[in-house]
Amino acid sequence: MSDAQTPRPAAGTDSGAGTHTVAAEGAATEEAPVEATAAANAPSAQAAGGRSFLPRSTLLRHLLLLLLGAVAAVIILELTSPFTNSQLAQLSYFAIAAGGLTVLTGLNGQISLGHGALMAVGAYTTALFLQADEPLPLPLIMLVSVVTTTLVGALVGVAAARLHGPYLAGATLALAVGLPGIAIYFHGTLGGEQGLRVRAPRPPEAFDTFIGWVSGNSPSGTKWLAYVGAICLLITFFLLANLVRSRIGRTWRAVRDQEVAAELAGINLGAWRVLAFVVSAAAAGLAGAVLALVVRLAAPGGFTLVLSLSLLTAIVLGGLGSLVGALLGSALLVFLPPFVTDLGADFGLNNTEAAQLAPFVYGVVLIVAMIFAPAGFVGTVRMRWLTARAKRAAAARASTGG
Amino acid sequence: MQRFINITLSGLTEGMIYAAFALALVLIWRSTRIVNFAQGSMAAATTFIALALIDAGQSYWVAFVVALASGFLLGAIVERVIIRPVEGGPELNAVIVALGLFVALQASIAIIFGSSFQSFPTPFGVRGFTIGDTTIALTPTSLYVIGSVLVTMGLLVALFRFTRVGLAMRASAFGQEVARLLGVRVGRMLTLGWALAAVVGSLSGLLIAGGEFVYPAYMDSLIVFGFVAAVLGGLDSPVGAVVGGLLLGLALSYVSGYLPRGSALVNISALAILIVVLLVRPGGLFSSSTARRA
Repeated sequence: MSDAQTPRPAAGTDSGAGTHTVAAEGAATEEAPVEATAAANAPSAQAAGGRSFLPRSTLLRHLLLLLLGAVAAVIILELTSPFTNSQLAQLSYFAIAAGGLTVLTGLNGQISLGHGALMAVGAYTTALFLQADEPLPLPLIMLVSVVTTTLVGALVGVAAARLHGPYLAGATLALAVGLPGIAIYFHGTLGGEQGLRVRAPRPPEAFDTFIGWVSGNSPSGTKWLAYVGAICLLITFFLLANLVRSRIGRTWRAVRDQEVAAELAGINLGAWRVLAFVVSAAAAGLAGAVLALVVRLAAPGGFTLVLSLSLLTAIVLGGLGSLVGALLGSALLVFLPPFVTDLGADFGLNNTEAAQLAPFVYGVVLIVAMIFAPAGFVGTVRMRWLTARAKRAAAARASTGG
Repeated sequence: MQRFINITLSGLTEGMIYAAFALALVLIWRSTRIVNFAQGSMAAATTFIALALIDAGQSYWVAFVVALASGFLLGAIVERVIIRPVEGGPELNAVIVALGLFVALQASIAIIFGSSFQSFPTPFGVRGFTIGDTTIALTPTSLYVIGSVLVTMGLLVALFRFTRVGLAMRASAFGQEVARLLGVRVGRMLTLGWALAAVVGSLSGLLIAGGEFVYPAYMDSLIVFGFVAAVLGGLDSPVGAVVGGLLLGLALSYVSGYLPRGSALVNISALAILIVVLLVRPGGLFSSSTARRA
């Protein structure tokens, strides 16, 4: 199985994952894991397996998954402690942003180190609108945050569409380092270093009734925000999943993998790149809005370069181009730090030192993953599954005398 | 007028440091087509080694030499162990590996040396020279900064122009296959290139730290400035990196000197300059039109 672990593709070509066995070559080439991201191109297990219980229509399938996700979210949030609730709220904003970044980096091949800054735009917009004496309804405020971030994202996207690889990484890096300075410059409106406090609105009565009906508990503010996060997460992933499987998603992959061919086919590369940036910026804006509500603060210190790099870590470790991978990677971002920090404290590190262990682990894991499993967790699992299937198919052909 | 001169002088001094950092990025880009986003953390690591030595009672110059030497070692190790496996692969992978190194190094600095602000000494004074009655913003330290960067550049030029190793390094950067056919040990040259770049990066880290406070993330802005400077000159050109560094130093100095509360805008101005340059002249100011297809 060494072929699945060490795909070492030649730069920019589609020569396949070098050391495939001959048997695997035949059946797996059209989905051959060429680049780190390509493993996610394979049709989802349900669609390819042929003996699935899910509906064949993509939209129906995703609606069913959405419903299952909603039920699962209610069950998980009701069964877990308030502390885990707040961790899950954290997970929801990481995952929303990571989902958007998956579209941009995984599907369209544009790297962005500036999504933390875009989250800041969403968070500050939410904070500003909630400061009003008679704030607008929460969904409307979140929508405004998304629209504002989308506009900023479109501006950045237009510039980014002309840039490649390291140039784009550098420009978005500059965005991540530079944008928080705006909050300090306009300290009158944006609160400077201290930032803006966020007054999370009270949950509506329908929510209290709903929770009382489901579990008999009386809901806390934390739980309400966890639900807000979960709802936003489910909606975002439902929309993104449909987008990924649609014509648009296929075009993005074409732009990423076969630039010249895509251009010859009449695809306007720049416009599609901008669109990918806009979609991922919208997700980042929503993530920022949820973050502002959960953290109850929008301050420059919350949107450091480390945040942007953490998002990248999440999607790379989960598996570039896979929404499930983005979710898994985000879970790592939330649940690994407490674990590692405790471990550090056991080894006699003081608090501030132990807090740095998590980023250290991220960095090391990022390097190790890129060297040994560039397809990430989901990609590697999927590649193994594809290879195994190809071998079975080859064996079946051989036994029927083919 | 005096204000203008002072702002210009401090801009030039800062610009020299950006130029050195940009030069380190360009050295690596030319040989391996990778932008080393970990450059700043590597430089920060060696600066903290120097600070530890100074705190232990060693002189600035001992610490200086040790820092540059450890930069050399760190650069070589990084290329051999971490970068070699992703060289020639998809560029996204190389970028991500460099970022992983960036995060890991920055965190290990905080774990080993602590994350508080510590002041870093400078061997020369920071009081400006006086001409007649007026004090200008040219200090012994800034002369030292400008001088040491110029000496480093001179040494690099001499290395690449006049030595066999320099020729071999240029050959490996220019065409790996051909160089290999001609008997150049390309792998060794790439390692050497990374090591030298790390030395230059460490130098800029030491210089920017002199007389200021250091903390694990103190190089974050310098990465951006160095990158912008390198792109201004067009990633491929060492001369461009130097000119780009000086131009950026001046521009940022004017922003923070003339705009009200301009210091908050320095980082975002670097972004604005970067975007404008890339939109108007995507290849940078000094690159031939074919050089950039990255």
